[in-house]
Amino acid sequence: MARITKEEVLHVARLARLELSDDDVAKFQEQLSDILEAVSKVSELDLSDVPPTAHPLEIANAWAEDVPHDCLPLDDVFANAPDRDGDYFRTPPA
Amino acid sequence: MTTAWEPVIGLEIHVQLKTETKMFCRCRNGFGGEPNSQTCPVCLAFPGALPVPNRRAIEETIKLGLALDCAIAERAVFHRKNYFYPDNPKAYQISQYDEPLCAGGHLDVPTGDGVTRIGITRAHLEEDAAKNVHVAASGRIHGATATLVDFNRCGTPLVEIVTEPDLHDAETAKRFLQLLRQTVVELGLSDAELEHGSMRFDVNVSVRPAGSDELRTRTELKNMNSFNFAAKGIEREIARQIRIYEAGGVVDQETLHFDPAHEESPPMRSKEEAQDYRYFPEPDLVPVEPGAELVERLRGEIGELPGARISRISETLSFYDADVLVTGGLDRLWAAVVAAGADPKDAANVLANQFVATGIDPGAVDAGELAKLVAARTDIPRASFDEALAKVGEPGFTADPYLAERVVADTAELDPIIERIIEANSGQAEQYRSGKHGLLGFFVGQVMKETGGSADPRVVNERVRALLG
Amino acid sequence: MTVDTLRLSAEEANRLVTDGEVSSDELYRAYLDAIGERDPELHAFLYVCENDPGAGIPIAIKDVIGTRGIPTTAGSKILESYIPVYDATVIANCRKRGLRVIGKTNTDEFAMGSSTENSAFGPSHNPWDPSRVPGGSGGGSAAAVSAGLAPWALGSDTGGSIKQPAALCGHVGLRPTYGTVSRYGVVAFASSLDQVGPVARNVRDCAFLYSVISGRDENDSTTVDVPEVELPTAEDLKGLRIGVPKEMNGVDGIEPGVSAAVHKALELAESLGATVEECSLPRSVDYGVACYYVVSPAEASANLARYDGVRFGLRDDGADFREMVMKTRDAGFGDEPKRRIMVGTYALSSGYYDAYYRTAQKVRTVIKREHDELFERFDVLVSPTSPTVAFPIGAKIDDPVAMYMNDVLTIPSCMAGLPGLNIPCGLSEGLPVGLQLIGPQFGENTIFRAAHALEQAIGFDVVPERLR
Repeated sequence: MARITKEEVLHVARLARLELSDDDVAKFQEQLSDILEAVSKVSELDLSDVPPTAHPLEIANAWAEDVPHDCLPLDDVFANAPDRDGDYFRTPPA
Repeated sequence: MTTAWEPVIGLEIHVQLKTETKMFCRCRNGFGGEPNSQTCPVCLAFPGALPVPNRRAIEETIKLGLALDCAIAERAVFHRKNYFYPDNPKAYQISQYDEPLCAGGHLDVPTGDGVTRIGITRAHLEEDAAKNVHVAASGRIHGATATLVDFNRCGTPLVEIVTEPDLHDAETAKRFLQLLRQTVVELGLSDAELEHGSMRFDVNVSVRPAGSDELRTRTELKNMNSFNFAAKGIEREIARQIRIYEAGGVVDQETLHFDPAHEESPPMRSKEEAQDYRYFPEPDLVPVEPGAELVERLRGEIGELPGARISRISETLSFYDADVLVTGGLDRLWAAVVAAGADPKDAANVLANQFVATGIDPGAVDAGELAKLVAARTDIPRASFDEALAKVGEPGFTADPYLAERVVADTAELDPIIERIIEANSGQAEQYRSGKHGLLGFFVGQVMKETGGSADPRVVNERVRALLG
Repeated sequence: MTVDTLRLSAEEANRLVTDGEVSSDELYRAYLDAIGERDPELHAFLYVCENDPGAGIPIAIKDVIGTRGIPTTAGSKILESYIPVYDATVIANCRKRGLRVIGKTNTDEFAMGSSTENSAFGPSHNPWDPSRVPGGSGGGSAAAVSAGLAPWALGSDTGGSIKQPAALCGHVGLRPTYGTVSRYGVVAFASSLDQVGPVARNVRDCAFLYSVISGRDENDSTTVDVPEVELPTAEDLKGLRIGVPKEMNGVDGIEPGVSAAVHKALELAESLGATVEECSLPRSVDYGVACYYVVSPAEASANLARYDGVRFGLRDDGADFREMVMKTRDAGFGDEPKRRIMVGTYALSSGYYDAYYRTAQKVRTVIKREHDELFERFDVLVSPTSPTVAFPIGAKIDDPVAMYMNDVLTIPSCMAGLPGLNIPCGLSEGLPVGLQLIGPQFGENTIFRAAHALEQAIGFDVVPERLR
């Protein structure tokens, strides 16, 4: 059974930086349990000889030459900034 | 009976590559620009931005791995390392996890007692974070602060090198760092300046009873800004841990930040919140498969590295001299001067002492002319030698004009002068004969003055002693 | 002249302009008028442009695709006031051909959903029956094209977000081979699955728009060179080998009316010269949804982590950085993104990575191999696109898992990175039924050829009955 506990909900919420209300925690606990139960179906198959697929295309070595492009003008850099302080982005203290 | 303790030290070094552009975008890579002037949607992590790897950065990482004798992966993969912090705009860093570009190498550190081999666990490629500046917000009264972020550095290519815990003393750790730094600089990969942060390192320190192979709890020392400072810090930490164990206590796992103004990663809030980075392969990037041809081409571009040169030159000179020459960037000039006919030891002596003091760029020197100077060092007046040496870096320098004037070493010429001076200073002569041997210098000086500096000081010294009695 | 946008294909609209019958501006205004008239009921658009440079015909853009200077919300409050400073590559490609952006269309938040009910700005409505969903996540683009508010549109497809709305609204939508269309500038949901694709009234328009947007992009390292697109003309299906996976046709969970319409279309295909044979995808369909709902949330959990209130988007206050981020994300994300972020975080977390994420990536290999095997014997695989016709708004919103099952038929080929195209093939209860043709990697031309011939033979009228 893949039921998720309240502690696990709080744990993943914290890892994902989501602040949940108590009501939310209860609601999501229910819903996440349903989802996890449905998706844990993946472990029913025998996959011992199967390699994982990270990419649908089997390509390698996609890269670019070391040639500079034009950087963004400051107005563009800060066009959507919630809090600009001179030429810096400002956030509450980390 | 007190236990003997063996320190166990491992290093984690980050080297910024000095490519023209960043690791995953083509913004200019470089220190010192106006804040946020070297940014684009990719390194600012705007919605929809995608990473495109820098080919040169990949090749340089492979080169560094080869210089460290690592095996180069047939297939290397980038991974996302997930965590939230203002200097990490995607809230994940593109790094490498279990399929790094380079693994399983070593760096041989020559010492006076032979060569110490330090294992290199891995060297991988990742992107650097932005710069956080923590400030006091204006207008606030009670020391409230804010964090300002400059994304110029964000995305700089970074090679992370991790050593095995093969170091057992601070001095060797320091030499390892110096040698690694010189190797990286000589390969042209990085300026590796500690002040600019283009080379950074953390040290893991633990101790164990000598002879055992257990690995006890280690402390992490971060953000030390010089190799000397690091050596001292390591020694203090070793001593601290030994004191704790000998008092019957236990060493706690902790991180010691030595330069809080340069903290780089989010500090842990509590033990329960140990970071879970949730590594998974980066779906926006495809694997790197270097191929034998590329690896061999890069291997061919690596010359003889500093560690190997120290070992080789130690066969001709003392370890100390070899070390001074190579770490001082003088060994190439030394080899050329010796090839031009100078005696190896004399050449080493001149280069390591008088030449270094001139501050002249070794690359500007004509080795043949310097070789002549070295050969004539005791045959010409000291003043002439010094004058010649000061000009040895100038274009078109020739030694011959300075070699014309020979020192006078003929005792037939010198003895009469010496006798004259002894006679003229009979008081000092008496004092010398009655035991004040320090006055020898006075007489030698007088003779040198009388001869205008052209007497051979060694012969003068000998003859004055002989004639004073 | 008055332009009847309700009945105009892109090809026809373009001909009007190039023949000089109508100017580009007049045509643009005609679509604006249509939007003014019919969009209040449909809510296909989140933003309507007043103008846009170009000499060609208009195009609607799903609001997850970044358009410089034009708001791009991804259907989310967290990007409500975000205006990109750069165009997505697909937009730049459209602009090079003179196409003019007419507006940004509604989407489930961050493209997560199958009904457009997860949009933070209210759902869109199905032009065939406004009390019903247009499908999702690209319900806005689908409604716009179906109702003649734009001659064509760009959508994005991760697990069926182009094909399923096309099925529910009765028009053509292509999910391209992964890697043939650039994702640069497109708000990322699941990086190894997202693809931008054309939404159109007919197969030829769809093929043409695909040729405009496709191709290797130096800004997207997961793109590759693309075979030249052939605009289809043939009206028969001689030589075409159609496979009908038995797990996707006529099974429980698929409405009888849907099965019947698709079955009829397959009979028509046979009469056009195709061979139709049953085949099997033993595990792809059974395990596809579970696989998708591990892989896509995992990638999404990382892709959505950049919405932290620092450089753009919504910001809520906090005493410190961490509090600011937590409050911002809680206020800015709706329930569906939150659910998927948490499932994804869980699937990647220490102790669960192997059981969930790594295992799902292995199931993905199984799905790919099963499809590859079938494509050695068949040119295309056919099935209904959606198990149901459009359902009423609100009917499934309280049951996330039931909502996920809407994608059961589109997901498997997405996991394999394969192209799929929806054409309308009939009606059930007066609502469109969609048929999907799935092709091998880079098999777009085969799909276009087959779909065009079938489309001509079926003769479905894409204009919603109630609007005729």
